Amino acid sequence: MSKQIRLRTPLSTEDVENLRIGDRVLLNGVLLTGRDAAHKRLFDLIKEGKELPIDINGQVIYYVGPTPPKPGKPIGSAGPTTSYRMDPYAPKLIELGLKGMIGKGNRSQAVIEAMKRFKAVYFGATGGAGALLAQRIKKAEIVAYPDLGPEAIRVLEAEDFPVIVINDTKGNDLYTEGIKRYAKV
Amino acid sequence: MIREISTREIIKAVRDLSMDANYNLGNDVLLALNQALEKEDPGTAREVIKELIENARIAREEKVPICQDCGLAVVFVEIGQDVHIIGGDLRQAINEGVRQGYTDGYLRKSACHPITRKNTGDNTPAIIHLQIVPGDRMRIILAPKGGGSENMSRVDMLTPAAGIEGVKDYVVRRVKESGPNPCPPTIVGVGVGGTFERSAILAKKALLRNIGDRNPDPELAEIEEEILTRINRLGIGPMGYGGNSTSLDVFLEIEPCHIASLPVAINIQCHAARHKEAVI
Repeated sequence: MSKQIRLRTPLSTEDVENLRIGDRVLLNGVLLTGRDAAHKRLFDLIKEGKELPIDINGQVIYYVGPTPPKPGKPIGSAGPTTSYRMDPYAPKLIELGLKGMIGKGNRSQAVIEAMKRFKAVYFGATGGAGALLAQRIKKAEIVAYPDLGPEAIRVLEAEDFPVIVINDTKGNDLYTEGIKRYAKV
Repeated sequence: MIREISTREIIKAVRDLSMDANYNLGNDVLLALNQALEKEDPGTAREVIKELIENARIAREEKVPICQDCGLAVVFVEIGQDVHIIGGDLRQAINEGVRQGYTDGYLRKSACHPITRKNTGDNTPAIIHLQIVPGDRMRIILAPKGGGSENMSRVDMLTPAAGIEGVKDYVVRRVKESGPNPCPPTIVGVGVGGTFERSAILAKKALLRNIGDRNPDPELAEIEEEILTRINRLGIGPMGYGGNSTSLDVFLEIEPCHIASLPVAINIQCHAARHKEAVI
């Protein structure tokens, strides 16, 4: 049976090594946001050997493009986007110290291998629960690429942000195990 | 008798529908989610569905989007042939309504140039489907469509020899391959027949039905139910974490096609199945 764990970012190698698929985790502290366009820019900087606008060491990136905040709110609806589009960029970021990713949907074998090799995990947040998840985000500040609008890189302050471990550092995959358990064909 | 409808009315209707669709999940979906809850074992699958029900409540009460992906605005307009539109261009009016709704409603603008990827800034242009029908009214259906589930959709040209079994297998296989990506539990629109592009529009239109609405043709209704049963035996479950509710419904629409062809389109819709309509 899965357990519920409360963690504070930045995450250590030990933090992530203790996690197993199906574990329910409440994340606290800083989460970085980034999706398609921001990842491409980060990746281009890495290729050119330039410094990144954010320190990703030990950090968790949340694949999200939130809606604009209503007055008085830190952020609008903020659920996960589908992760596979970030697969071409993720292994390099993991190699550079990224410890976690939050999204939804399948990852490539290359990303799963990178998580095993460099010790990182992939968390799932409930897709389409953007209004609920936004309540667990207490602050949001754009720190890079404001021209990208919803795709800008933000620093979020999360409080008990609910996620589930989809891929752990041992190469396990919750999606594969879930289907094995419930498929009737 | 010719009846006049002003673009001002159209702009306001589209503006209001943009917000209504994004804030208020349909009762059909809520009912289906509650029924899905009963079909799942205690554990992750149930927790996910509970989150979705709670999310819908928060969105409705706080007037915030159900999902951060407020979609491209897909707008179906049925225009009575006795309607005369006054005060400007119809397409411009629809786009102005989308612009106002997505801006005033704090909705995400997700439309961008396909190559440069530059955001158009106001979620226009809308995807507009116009149809002329008898009568002197105008019916506007606004269905925001998110990218995650749209990306899992496909059109294929099967051979006539593949037949209806080929169609069923194709749909089930596509749902299986999509796995967790389109935010299950999903709703599956299937268009069979017509031409390449018509099948896709049929599949999209199928998604405008409310959950539980069967095709009036009993044979097609039976096929819908059979595909749904097969999909829910795949085990993908809510958010793909494993479970019995992978799809909430399957809607099939057909049209005659070329003797050489069997076009099949599958349009996958996430559980945030949003469509609202107004009649002017």
